[in-house]
Amino acid sequence: MSPQEHEGGSAAGQHADAHKVSHTRGGGPGGAFNVVGKARRRVDGRAKVTGQTRFADDLVLPRMLYMKLLRSPHPHARIVKIDASRALAHPSVKCVLTGKDVPIPYGILPVSQDEHALCLDKVRHVGDPVAAVVATTEDEAEAALALVDVEYELLDTIADPEDALSKPEPRIHDYGDDGNVHKRVAFEFGDVEAGLAASDRVFEDVLFFEGNTHLPIEQHATLAAVDENGRVVVYSSTQTPHYLHRALVKALGLPGARIRVIATPNGGGFGGKSDPFNHEVAAAKAALVTGRPVKVSLNREEVFYCHRGRHPVLMRFRTGVSHEGKLQAMSLETLLDGGAYGSYGVASTFYTGALQTVTYQVPRYAFRGCRTFTNKPACGPKRGHGTVQPRFGQEVQLDKIAVALGKDPADLRLMQLAQAGDLTANYLKLGTIGLRECIEKVVEGSGWRDKWQKLPYGKGVGLACSSYLCGAGLPIYWNDMPHSGVQLRLDRMGGVTCFCGATEIGQGSDDVLANMVAEVLGIDPADVQLVTGQTDVTPIDLGSYSSRVTMMAGNAAIQAAERARDLIAGPAAKKLGIPRDRVAFQDRRVFDVEDPSKGLTFEEAIVVAEAEHGTLGTVGSYKPPQSPAKFKGGGVGPSPTYSYSAAVVEVEVDPATGWIHVEKIWIAHDIGRALNPVLARGQVEGSVYMGLGEALYEESAFRRLPQKLSRANVHKFPSMLEYKSPTTLDMPEVVTYIVEDPDAQGPFGAKEVGQGPLLPIMPAVANAVFDAVGVRVDRCPITPEDVLRALDDKAKGGAGRVGPAAFPAIGWPEPLKVPPPWEGGDGTAVNQKPRRSRPAAAGK
Amino acid sequence: MMRVPPFKYVAPKTIAEAARALRDAGPEGMLLAGGTDLLPNMKRRQQTPKVVIGLSAVKDLRASLRGADGAVTLGAGLSLTDTARSPLVADAAYRALTTAASKVATPHIQAMGTLGGNLCLDTRCNYYDQNHEWRQAIDFCKKAPGPHGTAQREVTHGTCWVAPGSPRCWAVSSTDTAPALVALGAEVTLVSADGERRVPVLSLYKNDGMDYLAGKRRDEVLTAVHVPALVGWRSTYWKLRRRGSFDFPVLSVAAALRLGPGGVVEGARVTLGSVASCPLEVTTDALVGRPLTDEAIAAFADHAAKPARPLDNTDYHLSWRKRVVREYVVGALRELRGDPPGLLARSAARVLPVLA
Repeated sequence: MSPQEHEGGSAAGQHADAHKVSHTRGGGPGGAFNVVGKARRRVDGRAKVTGQTRFADDLVLPRMLYMKLLRSPHPHARIVKIDASRALAHPSVKCVLTGKDVPIPYGILPVSQDEHALCLDKVRHVGDPVAAVVATTEDEAEAALALVDVEYELLDTIADPEDALSKPEPRIHDYGDDGNVHKRVAFEFGDVEAGLAASDRVFEDVLFFEGNTHLPIEQHATLAAVDENGRVVVYSSTQTPHYLHRALVKALGLPGARIRVIATPNGGGFGGKSDPFNHEVAAAKAALVTGRPVKVSLNREEVFYCHRGRHPVLMRFRTGVSHEGKLQAMSLETLLDGGAYGSYGVASTFYTGALQTVTYQVPRYAFRGCRTFTNKPACGPKRGHGTVQPRFGQEVQLDKIAVALGKDPADLRLMQLAQAGDLTANYLKLGTIGLRECIEKVVEGSGWRDKWQKLPYGKGVGLACSSYLCGAGLPIYWNDMPHSGVQLRLDRMGGVTCFCGATEIGQGSDDVLANMVAEVLGIDPADVQLVTGQTDVTPIDLGSYSSRVTMMAGNAAIQAAERARDLIAGPAAKKLGIPRDRVAFQDRRVFDVEDPSKGLTFEEAIVVAEAEHGTLGTVGSYKPPQSPAKFKGGGVGPSPTYSYSAAVVEVEVDPATGWIHVEKIWIAHDIGRALNPVLARGQVEGSVYMGLGEALYEESAFRRLPQKLSRANVHKFPSMLEYKSPTTLDMPEVVTYIVEDPDAQGPFGAKEVGQGPLLPIMPAVANAVFDAVGVRVDRCPITPEDVLRALDDKAKGGAGRVGPAAFPAIGWPEPLKVPPPWEGGDGTAVNQKPRRSRPAAAGK
Repeated sequence: MMRVPPFKYVAPKTIAEAARALRDAGPEGMLLAGGTDLLPNMKRRQQTPKVVIGLSAVKDLRASLRGADGAVTLGAGLSLTDTARSPLVADAAYRALTTAASKVATPHIQAMGTLGGNLCLDTRCNYYDQNHEWRQAIDFCKKAPGPHGTAQREVTHGTCWVAPGSPRCWAVSSTDTAPALVALGAEVTLVSADGERRVPVLSLYKNDGMDYLAGKRRDEVLTAVHVPALVGWRSTYWKLRRRGSFDFPVLSVAAALRLGPGGVVEGARVTLGSVASCPLEVTTDALVGRPLTDEAIAAFADHAAKPARPLDNTDYHLSWRKRVVREYVVGALRELRGDPPGLLARSAARVLPVLA
C-alpha cells in the first residue's frame, strides 16, 4: 500500500485490523507492552531542566521591536478620544495602534465574538488595552505609553453578579440575554419537583466558590513577524494555536494560508492560554504595519488582566434522598460572575451543570445556570473548567447528607456509584468507572474507618470524589472534521518524525505522542522526532484543553503508527521469508516472533519498506464518538469517557483561631491506563497542589473604593506575593494511588489525569474541617477567619455555618424538558423549539 | 512590574564615605543594602531616587563582635542568613532575633537582605504595594507618589484609602527583626557626616505609615545593632502569615523572659509587630514578680492585644487579625514557659533547619 492509497485516512484500518493494537494489548510480541506503563523520563525533560527549551519570551529576531499596551485605569468607561501624536513624535517609537486599526471583533466561541485587540469604543475592566506602542526597546515603549492621551467618559461600575442582575444599565455589552445577563440556561431531565416531593428527605444548600486564577510561571509572550514569503508568523505561548489561527484570520482579515501560528512550549497554562488574546492580535498587526518583528512580553500584572480563570459561582443544590441515602432527584442552580467578556463563558455555564450525574446515579436532574457580565477581567476555563465549583457543592452536600442520616460518607457513595457503560439522566455515555477502587484505596490507605468521627476534637478527615472529561466531545466551532491529526514520516536512516498540532504545555503531550508511536513501532520514545503545535506544518489538533490530548492525539498517533507498521511488516516478512502475521516489533528490531534471532534492525526494515513502497509516510486522525444527547445545549459534557478520583484529606484545626493545617492527603485516580506512570503521578500531585491552593488560599478578589469617592474596581493583589499560591512548605505528604481500569475508547485504555484529580481536594478539605471541629464552611477558599466565625456562631447556639444565605431570583426561562433514558426519553427535548439555522459568528 | 528606572550609582568603601555620599545626594539619594526592598519599590515607582548609594563594598558594616560585658554588636550589613547563623547570637536568649531573621521572606531574600535593611524596611499596604498602573486606577494614595514630579502633591493631598477620613497614612510596619530586637532591648548606631549616635531600636519608629522611620535622620546611615548580654533570658518570635514562606508578617509577637526560681517572672519584654505603623511595646508589669500561670498569661494576653489596630490593608480579615493577637501572645509565652508546641506554634514559630 502506497502512501497515496490511504490518503484521506477514512479508508483506515481495513487491513490494519488484523494487527490492530487494542486497549488491552501492546505493540510488542504477544501483545506485550514495549513502552506503555513503564516509568520513563519524559522526552522533553532534559531540555526543560537544562534551560534549552525556548519559550516565547526567549525568542529574538533581527531588528525586533517591542510592544507595550496602554491599559485602562477605569473599570467601565467610554473612550472619547485617543491622541497618540506625542507618542508618535518620540524618536524610538515606530508605531502606535489603537482600536480602529484592528476593528474586527473576535472571541474563542462563535457565539461570543466580543473582544477587540484594542478597545474600540469602551473599556470594560481595569487593564483593558486601549493602545499599543511599538518602539525599539521595551523601556522606551513603556515610557511612551505615558505620551498617549486618552479621554474617557466614566460609566457606572458593575462589580458583581448582584449588581449585574439589579442594574441592567449601563450594559457592559450590547449582546447577551438582557441587561448585564450574558446567558441563562435551563434543563430538566425528568420531573424533579415530583422527585423531590417523593423523597424522604430534601437537603437544600447554598454555597459559594470564589474565583481564582491559573498562575502559570511563564507569563504570556508573543513574537510576530512577517516571514520571507510575506506570511505573518506568530510565535506565542498558547494552548490553542489552531483557534488562535482562526481568530487571527478574522481579526487581521487575511487568508489562513497567509498566517502561521507556532505554539511555543508553554511554561504552564492550566487553561489560561486557551483564548486568543489581544496582545497576540496586536503584535501580529504591528508586525504587518512596521514590517519588523514585534515582541510583546506580559508582566505579571498583565497576566492577571488576561485572567480567564475560575468563575466565582454561587450555587444552590436541592437534593432529595431516601432514608438510606439514595439520591432521588437533584436540582442545581448556578450564578456565575463572568467578568467583562464572553470568553468560554457560555461553555463554562453549561459545565457548571454538566457532570453532576457521572459519579453517582441521579434518577432525575434539573440544572439552571446564569452567567453575568461584570467590570472585571474575563473568567474562562481553568483546570476542571466549570465543574470544580459544583463538584465542591455536591460533595460537601453529600457529606452533610451522610452525617444527617448517620451514614459513613464512603458507604453513602459506594452504595450508588454510576456504573460502567451507563447513560446518565442528562445523556452522558459513561465508559469504565474505577471509582469504587479509588474510594477503597483511599479509605484503606488513610485508615478512614478508624478516623472518621473518631479523631479527637481538632482533628478530622474528609472524603470527596470527582470525575472529569477525557476530551470535549464537540469542537469549539461546528465542523465534521477530526479533532486531532498526526502525520508520521519514516526515513531510511531509521528516523521517525511525528507531526501533530498538539501543544506541549507541560502536561506531557509530546511524551504521549512519542510513547504511542514508539509502542506500536517497537522503538524508543527518544527516537521519535516531534514537531508539534505549528499550524503550517502539523495536522490540526484542537489544542491543549478539556483533557483531550492523550485521548485524541494519542489515538491519532496510534492509527498513524499502525499504518506505518503495516507498511513495514509486509516487506520485512518477505525479506525474512516468514508469514506476515509472525512479524514482531520490539527493541528497535523487526523480527520473527517464533525465532527472535531472525530479524532486521528497525532501520533495515524501513529500507526494505521504502524500496517497496517509495517514500514512507502515514496519517492518523481521531474524532470522538457521537453523543446520544440530541437536545440543544447537550453538546457540553459529552466525552469519549470519564476519569474518576477519590481523596481523603486529614486536617488539624486550632479551635482558638480557626487555623487549618493539612496533615496528609491520600488520593486515588482512575486513569484507565498510565502510559507513563511518572508523568501520571506528577499530574496527580500537581493537581493536589493546585487544589490545596484553591481550598485554602487563592482568591481572585476585587476591591472597590468608597463609592462616594471613586468608581474604581481593582484586582486586590495582582502579584505573586499577595495572590497566595502555596509554597513547598505548605504542601503536605501526598499518597497517590494510580487505579487502572482500561477504557476501550482510550489509547491503550488511557484516560485523562491532567484535571480530574484537582476536583476532590477542595470538598475533602471542607469535609475534614467539619469532622475536626464540627462547623461547615460553605464557601471556598476555606479560611481560618471563616472557621472561627462558624465556631463563634456555633458557640452562640447557631448552626455553626458560614456561607451565603440565599440564592437570588434569576428569572429562569422555561427549562428544556428531556425525559431521562429510563423514563422513555431518546435524548431529545419534548418542548424544544425548532432549531434555528446555526447562528453565524454573531458579531456584537 | 516595570524595570528599574535609571539612577546614578555610588559605591563607597567606608562608612564615612557612605555618610558623605548620602549627605551630598540630599533628598534625591537613597541607600541600597541588599536591595530586596528598595529595588521592587523602584520598579513599582514608589521610590525613584536619582542617586543610589550601594553599601555592599563597605566591609565595616559587616563587622560583628562580643564586647567584654557580653553585649553583642552585629554589623547592619550582615545578611539575614548570617544573622540567623551568627555564633554570637546562638544562645537561647537571642532566639527571637535568629527566628525573626530566618522567617523573613524566602531563603534567597535572606541571603541578600540585611539586618539594617530589614530594620529600615518600608511600611506596607495593599493600596501602596502595587505597580504604577494599579495605583493610577485608584488615583494614587497619600503614601504612593503619583507620576513623576507629583510626589509632593500626593504627599500632602492624597487620600489614605484604608481610612479615607484619616489625616495620616496607615501602612503597616512589616519588619520581622525590629519587634525581636525591641524585645531584646537592642540599640542601633546611626552615623552621619556630622557624627554618630546610639539610640534604642524602638526610638527609630513612629506610628505613621509615611514618616515611620522618624527616629533616623535622612542623612544618617544605620551601621550597627547592639544587643545587651541577656544572662538567664530566653526569647521567641511568632510570625503570622498565610504561607510557610515568602509572606511578610501580618502579625508578630516577640517575647523575652527571665524566669527565676519557682518559675517566677523576673523580667519580661513583649513587642507586637505588623499591627500598626511601628512595632508596639507592651507593658509587662502584670507579669513580673509572679509565676507564669495560665491565668497570668491569659490576663496579660488580653491586655497585650488592646493596642493592636489592624486595618484592611494586608492579608487576612482585620477582625480576625485583631482576634489572633491574643492567641499569639498566649502561645509565645507558653512556649517560653516550656510548654510543648501545639498546632499554632508549628506554623508561627517554625524554623527550618539551615542548610550548610
